[in-house]
Amino acid sequence: MGTVGVVFRRELVSYFATPLAYVFIVIFLVMAGALTFYVGGFFERGQADLQTFFNFHPWLYLFLIPALSMRLWAEERKTGTIEMFLTLPITTAEAVIGKYLAAWAFTGIALALTFPFWITVNYLGQPDNGVILASYIGSFLMAGAFLAIGSAISALTKNQVIAFVLSAVVCFLFTASGSPVVLGPVQGWVPGGLVQTIASMSFLSHFAAITRGVVDLRDLIFFGSVIGVFLFANTILVELKKAD
Amino acid sequence: MFKGGVEPVTHLIEIHGLVKKFGPVEAVKGISFTVDRGEVLGFLGPNGAGKSTTMKMAAGFLAPTSGRAVICGHDVVKEPQQAKRKLGYLPEGAAAYPDMTPAGFLTFIAQVRGYRGAEARRRVEDAAARVELGRVMYQPIETLSKGFKRRVGLAQALLHDPEVLILDEPTDGLDPNQKHQVRALIQAMAQDKAIIISTHILEEVDAVCTRAMVIAHGTVLADGTPGELEARSRYHNAVFVRGLARLDDASVGDLAQLPGVASVEWGGRPDAIGLYVLAEDGVDLLPAVRELVAGRGIVIAELRLERGRLDSVFRDITAARN
Repeated sequence: MGTVGVVFRRELVSYFATPLAYVFIVIFLVMAGALTFYVGGFFERGQADLQTFFNFHPWLYLFLIPALSMRLWAEERKTGTIEMFLTLPITTAEAVIGKYLAAWAFTGIALALTFPFWITVNYLGQPDNGVILASYIGSFLMAGAFLAIGSAISALTKNQVIAFVLSAVVCFLFTASGSPVVLGPVQGWVPGGLVQTIASMSFLSHFAAITRGVVDLRDLIFFGSVIGVFLFANTILVELKKAD
Repeated sequence: MFKGGVEPVTHLIEIHGLVKKFGPVEAVKGISFTVDRGEVLGFLGPNGAGKSTTMKMAAGFLAPTSGRAVICGHDVVKEPQQAKRKLGYLPEGAAAYPDMTPAGFLTFIAQVRGYRGAEARRRVEDAAARVELGRVMYQPIETLSKGFKRRVGLAQALLHDPEVLILDEPTDGLDPNQKHQVRALIQAMAQDKAIIISTHILEEVDAVCTRAMVIAHGTVLADGTPGELEARSRYHNAVFVRGLARLDDASVGDLAQLPGVASVEWGGRPDAIGLYVLAEDGVDLLPAVRELVAGRGIVIAELRLERGRLDSVFRDITAARN
């Protein structure tokens, strides 16, 4: 087990040492269920698939993931433990990746605990399990992208509330960048090419593509790049801000 | 040259012209020093003097504006991993994750430092025993008293038996017994390590440091052994004399006239007021004072030679700059 693994394990265990893990998982499952069955009209549709379930994931992540990521670096800086942590023989990149992977694995656990939905649709009918698997992969990747954004923003401030709000806003911009809410204000004064670039950053459209059952390499590369870019920024921000 | 052409590492800690600016404020204005094996260097200085900033730079946590810090031959900025492996660092304030137990936290530290299995367990047990964590090993750190939290931080710094220790206020928050114990621990380790500690407590310098450095306004104002610093005191080599009855004015006048006497002044504890006979540089007044007092038939309650007072030296040195 390398240094990243040691950090990963400490972080993951620490989620379960506080009520945070249980609160997060319970809220996630309850919200996912409520949205799917009541708002999404799961039964009324009369189809044995998880389309309605996955449709709500971006909006659930929008406020749950920043709640998870806000503490990653802001808390270390606020309590001062970062000084002990980063004077251990560990590189900043290892620290960033170890903490990030633990948070991502934690969301993976929460996501895996939605398995009763999968059992339900399989009990009720014959869903396309390939599409469901692809959707889970897509949802996990999207959660990873949200987390990378949140982790980088958490390194910007010692204040977890600020980290939460900023992360939620930035995540919203990425989620909805293909919609008029985001494109409206920029259309007309930025070049069309740039508008298209902004629109192509939409998590919603990349996620929707995957939930149709096609795990396209381009969508994987998109989410992978978002994660990579934000973790890189995260590392630089930690270096710059750690001693403030 | 040594075999293999490797230059011997002469100083375990080398600090070359460290400067740190926070915006327009220059917190550390060019500090240089070296610390060798067997030395315990004490940083003294008022709050905001730049002690912690200097230690953070020496530990590689804070990047200096200019200058460099070298730990066991490794520049902390250019070769941070090698330098950090040789270094045990106790930061000021929180040094451990509050939701972990000391056992879990120290195991994490051992693993980050590359120890596995039985070796990791042995290191953790050893470090915990040295700072006597004993009964709190399985309580969350956030529930521990300040003294135990500090000791967890200290155990973290000692765990890999590093050659260099940088301890920012190691006895902060400890009670007198715990302070004594930590000082004894530092003394016991001092032989084969280079240690820097910072402190507000002047008696600590006397108790553990082989060398003391007074820092204020980001510069080194004095650097020497505790004895040398004490010798700067106007009370150095002064004789304190207290009779059973208060000394009469004639005796006081005669004491002031003794050769080598700089001046006399009343002082001491409120319930034990006596006379300080201050000496000029390098003069031993004790025999002359004793002889004069005995000749006048004064009954002595207390007669002693003062080594000097670090606290007055500290005030003189640091206040002169304001």
